[in-house]
Order: sequence, then C-alpha cells, then structure tokens
Amino acid sequence: MGRADSSADSVERRPDSRDDETLLEGISSGDERVFSELVSSWSGGMLRLALVYVGSRAVAEEVVQEAWLTVLRDLRRFERRSALRTWVLGIVVNLARSRSRAERRSIPVALADEPVVDPSRFRPSHSASWPDHWALGPVPWPVPEEALLAGETREVILGAIVGLPAAQREVIVLRDLEGASAAETCNVLGLTDTNQRVLLHRGRARVREALERYFDAMEPT
Amino acid sequence: MIQGELPELPCRQLVELVTDYLEDRLPPQERARFEAHLADCEYCEAYLEQIRQTIRVLGRLPEESLSVEARDALLTAFRDWARS
Repeated sequence: MGRADSSADSVERRPDSRDDETLLEGISSGDERVFSELVSSWSGGMLRLALVYVGSRAVAEEVVQEAWLTVLRDLRRFERRSALRTWVLGIVVNLARSRSRAERRSIPVALADEPVVDPSRFRPSHSASWPDHWALGPVPWPVPEEALLAGETREVILGAIVGLPAAQREVIVLRDLEGASAAETCNVLGLTDTNQRVLLHRGRARVREALERYFDAMEPT
Repeated sequence: MIQGELPELPCRQLVELVTDYLEDRLPPQERARFEAHLADCEYCEAYLEQIRQTIRVLGRLPEESLSVEARDALLTAFRDWARS
C-alpha cells in the first residue's frame, strides 16, 4: 500500500480474502483453477469499470479480455507495490481510456465551489430567520430501501450513473459499486485523496438527486 | 469566540460535508457540530439517510459477467501462457 492512507472507509471491501501471494503463486505455476476463479470473481467489476469509458458492452468485454492478457504478459514484471487487484483495475482503466474517443484529459479536478444541492432549495443567506436552512427540505422516499433496486428506480439509478461526468463515474463505480477503498481508488485512477472525495461527493449527490426527482414526479399533484 | 461555542452549521453547508462525515474525515469539532445539527434537523437527517440509502443501493446493483465465449478464450490463452 503505497500511500499511507488507511482512513475508515464507509463501504466494506468485497471479501476477496485470498492473499496476493497465493494468487500470484497459483497463476505463475499454471494452476488453471486459480486463474479461472480469479477471472470469475474480478471480471464483473472490470466490466463495469470498462463500461465507464466505452459505450458498448461488446467493446467492454474486449477490454476486459485484453486486460487479462496484459496481466499474464506482465505478471513477472508486477512489482507488488500495490495490491494485485489494484494493478489489474489500473490496467483496465488504461486500456479502456485509450479505447474511448472521449478520453479523459488530465485536467485537474477543480470544481470544489459548485454546490451539490440546488441553491434554491435553501432560504437566502441574508434571510432574517433561518438563513441557509432548507426552504424545501428532502422528504423520506416513499418506498422501502429494498424497492429501490427494483424496476423503474433501478433504471433511474443506472441512468444517473451513466449521466455523470466520467471523472465522477469512475470514482463511484470503484467506490460504491465495487466496494474499493479510498486508497485503492486513488491508486487506480491516479487521484489525490481530496479529489477522490470531491468526485465521490458529487457523484453520490447526483444519484440521490435523480431518485428524488423521480419520486417528486410521482407525487399526486 | 468562547470555546465550545462554534456558530451553528447551516443546512446549506451541512450537505457539502456529508461525504467527509461518512468518510470520517471531519475534525472532531466539525463532526460535533455536524451531529448537533443533525439531531435537530429532520431535513438534514433525511438528506443524510438518502445518501446512505443511495450508497447501499449502489453497492447492490447486479454484477455484470463475462460471456462464456470470452471466458473460454481466456482460459485457452492461460493454458498457452502456462506452457510457454
């Protein structure tokens, strides 16, 4: 773990408890079962990550296949400065970025001033009573959490993710969909800790907002 | 300012601190201010809960998986690689 950052992560990592040494040994010795299990357990996340950059599922699959071939090709050169999974995800990001036309230019993320909640939702700052407090506060969603994963709301969530700027999307996919830690996400994407957090903050706020808008539209008027 | 009497944290600012709060990155005093506000404000409480729900739901979206053909091709490539 290069960076000394072991802050408490709000999301647990996936239980990939097999340690890297065992995996590396297994693969290097040509143990097909080890490789095959790894492909099964990691490819789903790699696909989702590739889909951040490339439009089609078919291209994303190609990226994932290419990534695995790169892993095999470069395995002996893997320096173990990061976790194996971090290295693999980094390969996916590099391949997928170079495939995508709209390759993310390395513009530093500097957008800390833009509010995540529509300013008109709050009372004016100069208001005599309750300045900067909610004027139109959020109301709890009308369905149990379980139901958010079903049917239309799931489409709303997926649509919101697709609509995010790429920089936010890649962070949210790694952190919230794949359960990667903040440190791992910074490593894979080459982000500073602060930028990672800003992007995550904006991405999550937008997904929440999309759900809110969906439920607002459903309210009987 | 008298110690321990920080000005109240308004809602407009609280929503911007939600991720720092969840990632446990707020300094202790800020955290206390955040939680004090939360205890008194049902809207901010609802906002935070919705962010938490959003995170949980994102973590449970169905996994993608590789097609059988792609998998088979990889295993073949692995065998060739292991032999070389």
